[in-house]
Amino acid sequence: MGWRLRLRPYVLIVPALLLTCGILYPFGLGLYYTLFDFSASKPQPDMVRFENYETVFTQEAFWNSAWVTVLYAVGAAAVETVLGVTVALLLHRSTIVGRVLEKILILPLMIAPVIAAIIWKLMLQPSVGVINYLLRPLGLGGVQWTDTPTGALLSSIAVDVWVYTPFVAILALAGLRSLPTSPFEAGAVDGAGWWYTFRRLTLPMLWPYVLVAVIFRFMDSLKVFDIIYALTEGGPGDSTVVLQIRAYLEAIRFQRYSFGISYTIVLWAVVYLAAMVLVKHLGKIQRKAAEVAAK
Amino acid sequence: MDMHVHDRRRFLALTAAAAATPLLAACGAGFGGDDNKSDGSAADDVTGSFDWKREKGTTVKALLNKHPYTDALIADLKSFTEKTGIKVEYDVFPEDNYFDKLTVDLSSGRASYDVFMLGAYMVWQYGPPGWLEDLGPWMRNSAATGAEWDQADFFPNLLQADQWSLKAGAPLGQGGQYALPWGWETNVVAYNTDVFKRLGLKPAETFDELRELAGTIKRKAPGAGFDGMYGIAVRGSRSWATIHPGFMTMYARNGLQDFTVEGGKLTPAMNTPQAVAFTEDWAGMVKQGGPPSWTSYTWYQCSSDLGAKKAGMLFDADTAAYFQAVEGASPASGKIAFHPGPKGPDGSLATNMWIWSLGMNAKSKKKSASWLFLQWATGKEHLLKSAITHNHIDPVRKSIAADGAYKDKMRHLPGFIETFETVVDQTKIQFTPQAQFFDATTSWAAALQEIYGGQGARSVLDGLAGDLADKVG
Repeated sequence: MGWRLRLRPYVLIVPALLLTCGILYPFGLGLYYTLFDFSASKPQPDMVRFENYETVFTQEAFWNSAWVTVLYAVGAAAVETVLGVTVALLLHRSTIVGRVLEKILILPLMIAPVIAAIIWKLMLQPSVGVINYLLRPLGLGGVQWTDTPTGALLSSIAVDVWVYTPFVAILALAGLRSLPTSPFEAGAVDGAGWWYTFRRLTLPMLWPYVLVAVIFRFMDSLKVFDIIYALTEGGPGDSTVVLQIRAYLEAIRFQRYSFGISYTIVLWAVVYLAAMVLVKHLGKIQRKAAEVAAK
Repeated sequence: MDMHVHDRRRFLALTAAAAATPLLAACGAGFGGDDNKSDGSAADDVTGSFDWKREKGTTVKALLNKHPYTDALIADLKSFTEKTGIKVEYDVFPEDNYFDKLTVDLSSGRASYDVFMLGAYMVWQYGPPGWLEDLGPWMRNSAATGAEWDQADFFPNLLQADQWSLKAGAPLGQGGQYALPWGWETNVVAYNTDVFKRLGLKPAETFDELRELAGTIKRKAPGAGFDGMYGIAVRGSRSWATIHPGFMTMYARNGLQDFTVEGGKLTPAMNTPQAVAFTEDWAGMVKQGGPPSWTSYTWYQCSSDLGAKKAGMLFDADTAAYFQAVEGASPASGKIAFHPGPKGPDGSLATNMWIWSLGMNAKSKKKSASWLFLQWATGKEHLLKSAITHNHIDPVRKSIAADGAYKDKMRHLPGFIETFETVVDQTKIQFTPQAQFFDATTSWAAALQEIYGGQGARSVLDGLAGDLADKVG
């Protein structure tokens, strides 16, 4: 074998290798920094090993942020999934109106989430916002949407839902349109009703697509920053300070770099574990869907 | 075949080693980039007689915050270039992102910007890591500083606000001069004269009166023809900026402190019985007479509500009201008057201040040219022109505050000059200088929001003090 031929596999892996290094280098460096007490007030820091992580886990603020993050991610992903799939099912009956709605539906995805949050912040403003203006005839014009902890969290989730439900709907719609037709034809011949068809055929075969959407949305929601920061800055009190906001405040605003990075590493571990669990389920669900389609 | 496997392993091992080299190098290089430090000041290199043209042909890079003071500076930059032959390139960022941009830039250890705007609080954050040039040696060097700059012309409390020894808890006015006062704000009450007249009200002289007044306006103003008007606009967002204007001013007038300092150790004092009572009263005032959606209020909303006749009063920077009060600026222009605000129980008019200062990057490679720029930007000629022909008000120099043309310009705003002259000597930084200022005040703002939301002031402030004791003490 000539030397060129022997070298070829190694040359071919160079782009992948560079990409891997490009990903791993900052990550490794970040991980390394968490072992020090690096901050603006201590630019030449001492090695503290895992002390930053110990501090993170013993802080009440961390557990509050973790809880808020989970509430937000589960709430947003769940509502977006239900709404997205519903919208996809409605749009699947391809009428002219459906096709027009499909085009409109994609609009929120074209707006940067931070801009969407600012628009919503204006709309939710109690005295001049359009939401309270519309609710005024119902006697509900005085709602202070983001002034209470629950209101602030629900408002943030609502903005997330507004921005990302179309993403779930589009994925689910693509899934619906790629399902095999024969099981449905067989069902129709057997006189199966809409609900039965949906429960026994559509949903099992659609699950892999829905789960892909859930994985993306859940992971993204765990990492949320822009929507909440633009809408509430983490307030009132600490009620919407998710892990990303806490990390940003620690690392950038308060300049405790190592400590801030420790927060992001913990968040990375949470997202990684959640993704692993969901992806494992995705495999199982894909196999089940294939079985339904083959029947 | 064995040989092939061996080769592949060796290749992978070598590649891994090569990939790890920069990582290890980065680790070995330490943190924060280049850390060359010199004990001597670059100001010592400037000798001979003072010459504005000394750095002709140089370009200075400035980072600026979007602000009317900045507009006045940019409008006059041509004069600087004509005077010195130095070109100024600048980037302007809105305030929401400005300090993050500056912090990240300075912490990178590079000299992307030679000069920049900052507040006195930022000196406490940027000073200890060595990011700010000590301007004292430049000011003292007659070869670097022209006689007409006239240091004695600055209001002394403003110059002192940018001086610090970099030791937590040490008073201001000692140590290095880490920035120069350029434009400032004093925190007073501005009010809508129309609503006061119609409801027969007078500006409050005590805090109790202010709370009462805020509630009265919110209750009665809508019925008197001021649709949707509430009593008092004060900041409420979860940010350090919520604490420093009206809240800290009234807190200080009540004789309260953020920290007590003993033997260099800081102890949080936001949970003393008096501080708890005051904070409860403040939150109560906001609930009874403050804006809806207060927890998102920054100075932009407060200022625009006063201008839009949505707020009867504003307890914030005098400039925030001024920008609405000038002719044609807002529906309320011509109807806004100024008052020093409530006195403390002992008659105190202690007022907290904000100073837009100008600082120099300690890593700048063009310090001499940068100093000429700072000297010009804080000099009498530019500041007087900016005060008279633009909106660079609240002069940092005594000569401008006393200038006839400036006074003529401000005279049409009821109470502005009188209020300024009443509080100017009592306006200073009311916070205790320390590097964790932003953490402490952001947490304080969050605590204020929780109390406003109905949580017990005592327990919330005890929690805040306990949390801060570990970080600051």
